[in-house]
Amino acid sequence: MEANTKKKKKRYSGSDVSFNIVNYLVFGLFTLICVYPFYYLIINTLSANDLSANGMINFLPKDLHLENYKQVLQLSGLGTAALVSLGRTVIGTVCTVLASAFLGFMFTQEKMWGRKFLYRFMVVTMYFNAGLIPMFITMKTLHLTNTFWVYVIPAIVQPFNIILVKTYVESIPRALQEAAEIDGAGIMRIFVKIILPACTPIMATVAIFSAVGQWNSFQDTLIYITDQKLYSLQYLLYTYINQANSLAAMVKNNAGSAMNMAALATQQTPTSIRMTVSVIVVLPILFVYPMFQRFFVKGIMIGSVKG
Amino acid sequence: MAKSVSAGTPAQNGVKKKKSKTNKRLTLFVLPFIVLCFLFSYFPLHGWIYAFYDYKPPLSLSQCDFVGLQWFKMLFGNKTQVAQMVQVLKNTFAMSLLGIATSMLPMLFAIFLNEIKCKWFKNLVQTLTTLPNFISWVLVYSVAFCLFSNTGMVNTVLQNLDLIEQPLKFLDSDSHTWLSMLLWNTWKGLGWGAIMYLASIAGIDPELYEAARVDGANRFQLMRHITFPELLPTYFVLLMMSVANFLNNGMDQYYVFQNSFNKEHIQVLDLYVYNIGMTGSSLSLATAISMLKSLISVTLLIIVNVVSKKTRGESII
Repeated sequence: MEANTKKKKKRYSGSDVSFNIVNYLVFGLFTLICVYPFYYLIINTLSANDLSANGMINFLPKDLHLENYKQVLQLSGLGTAALVSLGRTVIGTVCTVLASAFLGFMFTQEKMWGRKFLYRFMVVTMYFNAGLIPMFITMKTLHLTNTFWVYVIPAIVQPFNIILVKTYVESIPRALQEAAEIDGAGIMRIFVKIILPACTPIMATVAIFSAVGQWNSFQDTLIYITDQKLYSLQYLLYTYINQANSLAAMVKNNAGSAMNMAALATQQTPTSIRMTVSVIVVLPILFVYPMFQRFFVKGIMIGSVKG
Repeated sequence: MAKSVSAGTPAQNGVKKKKSKTNKRLTLFVLPFIVLCFLFSYFPLHGWIYAFYDYKPPLSLSQCDFVGLQWFKMLFGNKTQVAQMVQVLKNTFAMSLLGIATSMLPMLFAIFLNEIKCKWFKNLVQTLTTLPNFISWVLVYSVAFCLFSNTGMVNTVLQNLDLIEQPLKFLDSDSHTWLSMLLWNTWKGLGWGAIMYLASIAGIDPELYEAARVDGANRFQLMRHITFPELLPTYFVLLMMSVANFLNNGMDQYYVFQNSFNKEHIQVLDLYVYNIGMTGSSLSLATAISMLKSLISVTLLIIVNVVSKKTRGESII
């Protein structure tokens, strides 16, 4: 049969070949459009700044150097922001994963008092939100504004993740848990010894989504944080883009004090700062994403079955 | 292990009795999380009362005047306010409608990508085109800035080639704001949006194709008459979700791209609420607007769900 279809395909070749060529070209082009900006950023931060400023670096890096990175890493605020971003990503992800695993498991326990009601109570929250200002007022009332914990605590209970884990736990053979119960294991013991090890694939999915979300989150800094020490990398990048913007404008308007202004900021050009910080912010994603792609795909598939 | 499983049946009655006692204890384990859920999802709803006061931030609510429906009346009565709201709603509707109009793209992307038989190329395309979905809007803006600002790559190259004299204003102008927002959205989301369809395609029964091939269908007929209709149910679910989210454009994208030039056409509802609430002074008015928005969104969701149940026999939530 297979040989048959192959033969048939060859017979179609006329329209087939032209279709294939167009198809490959279109996808190749779109892929390039998706990747080129990142490539452009990286080669420009590695190339000589004067060439880069004149738009000479478009396809291949020239005069490689790491000065941009050395200088930018010394920018005040960047280190703290990196720590904040890293901290929220690690702590936030661990909390969410453990909480989702625990709740997802608990909601499969039919013996739990009020299970159905509590489950609905949580899941329904996916479909409404109070809005920006009421959230702000709430965070203020809870004394969470301008603290690191505003990044972590509200993100612990995520209904979507709980649904993912619950669906997964339901597919684990019930006998495993029953056997442990008969051996006298308590619910916590069962969770730690049986459910957690069995749930690693789905926990990896939840972890990777949550980590990317935490790393990329921008809005919460914008709304709840005014303390510069608590800025996340994303927010810092945003302020750099805008600052560098106004710097460039000043350089243009006032040639006399231009040197001064530029020296005050750093010795780098505004563009090089912007691009270097961007690369630093995007690098973790570029590294992590291809390795964990299958978890992302799995996550969206399980989610779609349910959702 | 196996022993205890086989011993399970006779012992079960005893176990069950014990369980009915412990079942409230199980609830206690979950309780802290229920409290968290309440604090960050239900408790904020109390903030809606601010929509009925004339709230001035340093003061406490009890020190402010109760104004009843004044803000809601202003939304529909005050002329400048109405004009502003109409513009904001136009932007919101435009972005949502453009999104819905292009919602077929991920499906077509998947169908055509599936026609590529070279495996490594297919995987490469899939991996690389989903990448933009995982970077933040701030980074997208940064990329946009590096490529399209006055001193960005596109302008520099065009100027070096003597094709233009003045830099083209891609970012700081108000021409084609809706279109450029749509394009950025597509750039970021197309590849990722196709993933679910690609997985659905993998799940289509191969016998369908086989049967059609026996009947003499060519490749394009297979795409048109088998793959496409098989994907339509997934498409409709997603379409309905986007209808339910008609008013929720999110704000990150529009916030990072907004500037004084394009403000008129970029302010969608979410951004408008932020702009007048957090940076402007009308916290109460912003609350009133977001309250109306939330109520309409929930209503839309319920309607869409009912429609889905009636037409497809399946609810979407």
